[in-house]
Amino acid sequence: MQRRILQLLFAVLIGRSLLPAQVDLAGNWTARLHQDWAERGPGPEIVDYLGLPINEAARAKALSYSASELALPEKQCLLYPPTYLHYGPFGIKMWTESDAATDKVIAWKMSGPSDLAVMTIWMDGRPHPSENAPHPFEGFTTGVWNGNTLTTTTTHFKGGYLRRNGVPVSDQAVLTRHFMRHGNTLTIEAFIQDAVYLTEPLRVTRSWELDPAAEMASQPYHCSPEAEVPRLDGEGTVPHILPGQNENAGEVTRMYNLPLETVMGGAETMYPEYRKRLKDKYKAPVKCLRYCCGWEGGAPTASIQCVGVGYSTPDAPFGRAF
Amino acid sequence: MCVAQDARTVAPAQTDFTGYWVAVVTEDWRWRMVTPPKGDYASIPLSIAGKRMADTWDLAKDEAAGEQCRSYGAPAIMRVPGRLHITWQDGNALRIETDAGQQMRLLHFGDWKPSPGPATWQGETAAHWELPRGEGKPARGSIETRTTHLRPGYLRKNGVPYSADAVLSEYWDINTEPDGSQTLVVTTVVHDPAYLQHDWITALHFKREADGAKWDPQPCSARW
Repeated sequence: MQRRILQLLFAVLIGRSLLPAQVDLAGNWTARLHQDWAERGPGPEIVDYLGLPINEAARAKALSYSASELALPEKQCLLYPPTYLHYGPFGIKMWTESDAATDKVIAWKMSGPSDLAVMTIWMDGRPHPSENAPHPFEGFTTGVWNGNTLTTTTTHFKGGYLRRNGVPVSDQAVLTRHFMRHGNTLTIEAFIQDAVYLTEPLRVTRSWELDPAAEMASQPYHCSPEAEVPRLDGEGTVPHILPGQNENAGEVTRMYNLPLETVMGGAETMYPEYRKRLKDKYKAPVKCLRYCCGWEGGAPTASIQCVGVGYSTPDAPFGRAF
Repeated sequence: MCVAQDARTVAPAQTDFTGYWVAVVTEDWRWRMVTPPKGDYASIPLSIAGKRMADTWDLAKDEAAGEQCRSYGAPAIMRVPGRLHITWQDGNALRIETDAGQQMRLLHFGDWKPSPGPATWQGETAAHWELPRGEGKPARGSIETRTTHLRPGYLRKNGVPYSADAVLSEYWDINTEPDGSQTLVVTTVVHDPAYLQHDWITALHFKREADGAKWDPQPCSARW
């Protein structure tokens, strides 16, 4: 007992807790678009479901998607579901909310890009709400520490787009995240379960770098619906594409020589053995036609510096700015 | 007498890297599952020198020179679609075999010194546990590794280069998912002042498999 008291006293004196230390995730984290830069920057191909374990319902919904639907007044200010953090280009800001009396962390807060709601990660052990509870954009999230990894569970978010090309995620989905900080690198693994649109869970891992100088908002931008351009398809029309009429369905096949059945995705496209089905069908395109560079030019914002069409040259090393 | 514990003994009880793992390719699909065209450098912060080198990629020349394993070196091997078989070679070396390209890496813990021999595809890797602070033996932990002494190769199969000066830092984590499955996440940082403007940071993930039933050894291929 006496030894324990002495340990505690020593810990207090040196400012170190005897409880397992929790990794500090607070700060501004800049996205490193070193994976899927073309998707996370300029955006995915309109019909590209490669490596996604989607089912027929998801495929049908995605094929019916028209980007023009975002111009509908009722859709202009919708925020993305939390899963979009892993498919968008932006950084994240994290901070804590603590109990004033005990200084114990009650919640982690996480803001993302302008079109993601601020997420509260409750650390006080409260349960998730009933299945009949409302679904806000950010959902409801709880977190626990597993060693140095913060694991969070998000339910009750609104359905929306998993990717910007209309691949859906439902409001029944469960998003589990693992936050792993190593030095100034933060890797977040997302594990998405969605019985409505996925045949098996989707794993996505992305990395961010600590960047104290980055300017990041702690709230999404204010948004007011506006009719900025006249509607060409008339009032009351919901932009859509009818089954079998998506003219973009063959674009990835034309550009990258990938079979249409592959482009349509499905769980089997995630695994190495799928390559055997392509070996005799695939021939690399003769040259890269767009989004060929995608490296960073040292600009503070970013990762999005080069959206060149065709090759960059040493005279114009970074291509056109985004 | 003080007897140093070996790395296998120190391993946290709930962090077991050994077993079979399959790559789950949900990211960079067009650049990993198939060979992209020459000149496709999307997502890689190449320097001008790196771009110039990549533009010289000649598949036939690599094959003629017997250099089919250039895209299977340590900075790229975790991105190659395939399976890993991880075992303890001894108390202080974790052995990682790949079926794609039939490569073998050794993560050396403890008081280990790199060998002075020629540079190799997998280089020389020093490892240590990254454990949570606190009392007692932690239940979970990560491994941090640093790989040097690399034979120059490709970050991507279409000739995007890394140099002999490249240094590879990796962080190895295992996460348990709500469905009971396990995910191995390898965060990789490639530092190569010769060919990169700054560090190339990616994270790869693998799903644990029950056994080696799908283990499918294949030789290196420069073409596929």
